[in-house]
Amino acid sequence: MSDQLDISKVARLARLKLSEEEAAEFTPQLATVLSYIDTLNELDVEGIEPSAHAKPVFAEPRADVPGESMPVELLEQNAPSFAQDQIRVPRVVES
Amino acid sequence: MLNTKTISEIKAGYAGGDFSPVDVITSLESAIAEQDAQIGSYLSRNVETALKAAESADLSLPLGGVPIAIKDNINVLGEPCTCASKFLEGAYQAPYNATVITKLLQAGAIPFGRANLDEFAMGSATENSAVQLTRNPHDLERVPGGSSGGSAACVAGDLAIASLGSDTGGSIRQPASHCGVVGFKPSYGRVSRYGLVAFASSLDQIGPLTKSVTDAAMLTNVLAGHDPLDSTSLDAPTLDYTQGLDEGVAGKKIGVPKEYLSDDLHPDVKKAVQTAIAALEKEGAEIVEVSLPHTKYCVPTYYILAPAEASSNLSRFDGVRYANRSNDVTDVLSMYENSREEGFGPEVKRRILLGTYVLSSGYYDAYYIKAQKVRTLIMRDFNEVFEQVDALIAPVAPEPARKIGENANDPLQEYLADIFTIGANLAGIPAISVPAGTAEVDGKQLPVGLQILGPHLGEQTVLQVARAWELLRDAE
Repeated sequence: MSDQLDISKVARLARLKLSEEEAAEFTPQLATVLSYIDTLNELDVEGIEPSAHAKPVFAEPRADVPGESMPVELLEQNAPSFAQDQIRVPRVVES
Repeated sequence: MLNTKTISEIKAGYAGGDFSPVDVITSLESAIAEQDAQIGSYLSRNVETALKAAESADLSLPLGGVPIAIKDNINVLGEPCTCASKFLEGAYQAPYNATVITKLLQAGAIPFGRANLDEFAMGSATENSAVQLTRNPHDLERVPGGSSGGSAACVAGDLAIASLGSDTGGSIRQPASHCGVVGFKPSYGRVSRYGLVAFASSLDQIGPLTKSVTDAAMLTNVLAGHDPLDSTSLDAPTLDYTQGLDEGVAGKKIGVPKEYLSDDLHPDVKKAVQTAIAALEKEGAEIVEVSLPHTKYCVPTYYILAPAEASSNLSRFDGVRYANRSNDVTDVLSMYENSREEGFGPEVKRRILLGTYVLSSGYYDAYYIKAQKVRTLIMRDFNEVFEQVDALIAPVAPEPARKIGENANDPLQEYLADIFTIGANLAGIPAISVPAGTAEVDGKQLPVGLQILGPHLGEQTVLQVARAWELLRDAE
């Protein structure tokens, strides 16, 4: 399976722009890791239930009670670009 | 020399009026100023704030006036939380407290100093920190382990009384083992993860690194408990873990997993484990050989599940709401891609790529679902074994701390060293590393840890066995 890793495609899916050097470095490293991971193929897992967590997690919703929001100033202080109480980003919708 | 003291000793000193919290902070600060340029355990610290807290500390509280160093992936209101990443360095100040910090503050503790780590806690040597190198206080040419390498090194070097770390695949226990301190990972769900920057949410757990098992129990008392802000936090009763700590091991059944005592171990590591087994048996523990047949599949399972969860968790680092945004932005996509390219270091990128790949269309079932099924088998191994025994005893790492730079460009070699610690994370069970002598490498004596694992929510048993071993070790 591991020979099918198309690093530029995976990088695109991950929203990572890789330099040529990085792509050249990571490709064999990831191939080695993936071929090691393939040792799992020795196991027959037919009929075994997958576990997302070690213990069943009953994500219990909290009571729907309004609480205090984080002050806008704290969000502003961490935002890369901020104006008029809002986070600024490049244009998202085509004009 | 107040910096060398344990939490218990500090509390006794406060109670006897021998010294004050200001004296302790001052002693730590002078030790840090003298030695941390070499060790590199801290990324930042705010002495003024700590001294101010020390002046008004309520010594009647469980951890009143006790300074605790915090791994730099846990949010402390108003402090940086860099995760040792260029993405966050200089760009982020925590706008809230993690629940563990709120609990420490309520118990009177003083969070003091931010400990170095592998970037986003991804690594086993703290060499993946994008900010600085941390050196092992026992041998400055060697790594402290990781990812909580700063948290372990500051305690080992007496630059902290105790610290908090996080453990996703051994990140508290392995550096504790390499640095010769106690490191405890409680059961999954025992300690709230709210405010811990998420790496692999189904595996991450916060825990203490300390100079004694008693200190680990004291900190666990404060950290443990249900938190409505973490939906995976367990609503299970907690105990006073310092009670019954000296109960001993007489009548306890302790299992030795045969897969964990392979010939691949450094001979001195194997000897350390066997010495502890013999000592505990002499003390009245019943020792039985047990089997965890899926042990060899722990590493491959982990390196599917952890990167998969990481690739999802780290998608929040997009340059939009916080952290650094690239200056090279023409549209939304270039903002994402360039910010992430500039912000993340190589190991984080590798894991995001690996995680994205195993979750991608066509590979999801073959990798991700398969690994989740093997996780079930690994959990079953532990469940079956804990029907026979009260606790397990094992090594923490196959070798003592390696030299700085030794596994550069060989990520797989680095991953394989996690073999004995990952099982506890996959199964969600508590496990501790306690110092157990040394191993000789290149003529130097390097610390070796002994691992004790217990059933889910079996914190008390784990701490009791650890304390029993600690007493036997010190009596030798």
